[in-house]
Amino acid sequence: MKLIMAIIKPFKLDEVREALSSLGVAGMTVSEVKGFGRQKGQTEIYRGAEYTTNMVPKIKVEVVTDDALAPRVVEGIQQAANSGAIGDGKIFVLDVGQAVRIRTGETGETAL
Amino acid sequence: MTFTRKLTGAAVATGLSLFAALPAWAQDAPPKIDSGDTAWMMTSTVLVLAMILPGLALFYGGLTRSKNMLSTMTQIGAVAALAMLVWVTWGYTMAFGDGGSAFVGGFGKMFMKGVSAESMSGTLPEFVFACFQMTFAAITVALVLGGTVERMKFSAVMVFGVVWLTLVYFPIAHMVWASGGLFFDMGALDYAGGTVVHINAGVSALVACIILGKRKGYPTEPMPPHSLTLTMVGTGLLWVGWFGFNAGSALAANGGASLAMINTFVATASAGLFWMLTERVLGHKGSALGFCSGIVAGLVAVTPAAGNVGVFGAVVLGAIASIICVFAVTKLKPMLGYDDSLDAFGIHGVGGIIGAIGTGILHDPSLGGPGDGSVSIGAQTMIQIEAVLTTIVLATVGTIIAIFIAKLVTGLRVSPEVEQEGLDLGEHGERAYN
Repeated sequence: MKLIMAIIKPFKLDEVREALSSLGVAGMTVSEVKGFGRQKGQTEIYRGAEYTTNMVPKIKVEVVTDDALAPRVVEGIQQAANSGAIGDGKIFVLDVGQAVRIRTGETGETAL
Repeated sequence: MTFTRKLTGAAVATGLSLFAALPAWAQDAPPKIDSGDTAWMMTSTVLVLAMILPGLALFYGGLTRSKNMLSTMTQIGAVAALAMLVWVTWGYTMAFGDGGSAFVGGFGKMFMKGVSAESMSGTLPEFVFACFQMTFAAITVALVLGGTVERMKFSAVMVFGVVWLTLVYFPIAHMVWASGGLFFDMGALDYAGGTVVHINAGVSALVACIILGKRKGYPTEPMPPHSLTLTMVGTGLLWVGWFGFNAGSALAANGGASLAMINTFVATASAGLFWMLTERVLGHKGSALGFCSGIVAGLVAVTPAAGNVGVFGAVVLGAIASIICVFAVTKLKPMLGYDDSLDAFGIHGVGGIIGAIGTGILHDPSLGGPGDGSVSIGAQTMIQIEAVLTTIVLATVGTIIAIFIAKLVTGLRVSPEVEQEGLDLGEHGERAYN
């Protein structure tokens, strides 16, 4: 099993969700996060007082899939979240040791 | 009986002959309540209340950091409530009591003595007139807090409020609006309180914020407004309420009120857009806060002008006031380094001065104003400048005294720890958002 963690632009979330649904991904976890990379920050200005915020709002999507589906999920996110500009985000793939469905106690891929 | 300049201004503006206004003055005929005027003035009075709560509370509250939201709104509401109690105790008589001098009214109406449901002021029950003027006192002292929020103690605000109203507001209100008042007799034009309310509040906020000192971390630490959404909502409520403030200052439902009404629309619209345009010219994006700030600058500038200039005079006045206020808040404040937290001086003080002086110029019939041309533009403008300077001096001296009395009684600032964790928790034991 793989944990696929993607940091994407907030307005791309719907496209990513649709892409993953069409691949048969049954669930995901989404959080609002802040961070920076090459995009750096942005400048805000209030009545002439200028503030540079170096953290940009992003969305973090986390999906756990079986090993076979993982490459297609990564590809699906990469295509759906791509706007061609810097700040589109990153995708990380991690190995998952175990998964448990709390209601039934099922473990492993059947719990996904 | 109090006969105010607002009434004469309104009468002239509607084209009534002075003769028509005379019976009420000379009391040849028994005075009669005008139900239309009374209904409009009761409405105007509660419109001005809506400018304070929730209007100003939201406008100012949104501009503060979230940890000081409740403190800002509570200070505004509480000091306004206090002003109402002081008003019926000794404020009304100091401003509008019979007799007195050029500087302050007689003290015969303390505790509203002798005023009953049968008493009249112009075509209104006197209680309605007193309530309308009461809301002006309440909003003016609340406006001053724009310079002092996020660090001044609640208790200090209350002490300051009582002393400041007594030393500064009531006397200036008397000078401008009561017959026999200094500015009234000079012939200064102030339709709805540009000097009494805005220059007064703005200058007092500046003096108070300088004595109080800067907020911890200003200007190096970012202090962005926590909710421009609420500021926008507050701006809208201020604009709506301001029709009571300006058109209500005709003290009647008449033509003068209608001129004040249309001017309160167009000067404000012009100022909101010109603030954004100025931002663009300076190389920035036109901002929501800029729009809101422009709206308020326009409302402030049109306050003395409302029934005293023509429609396009108001458009021009709004634009000029807006552009100058942009520079006051974005350049002048950082240059001089004072921490006027929410720009009470930059917008109310500066906008009020532009409005007061502009009124002297734009009142002239050659510029579309409703004046009769009997006083030249130059002479009228000089009178306006004199009134402005006198207000600045009185507001400065009175504020210094009021702030030092508050300092003696309660201390001025919250402790550094309270300022750090926010006045909501430190002063009120609550959070705005849970």
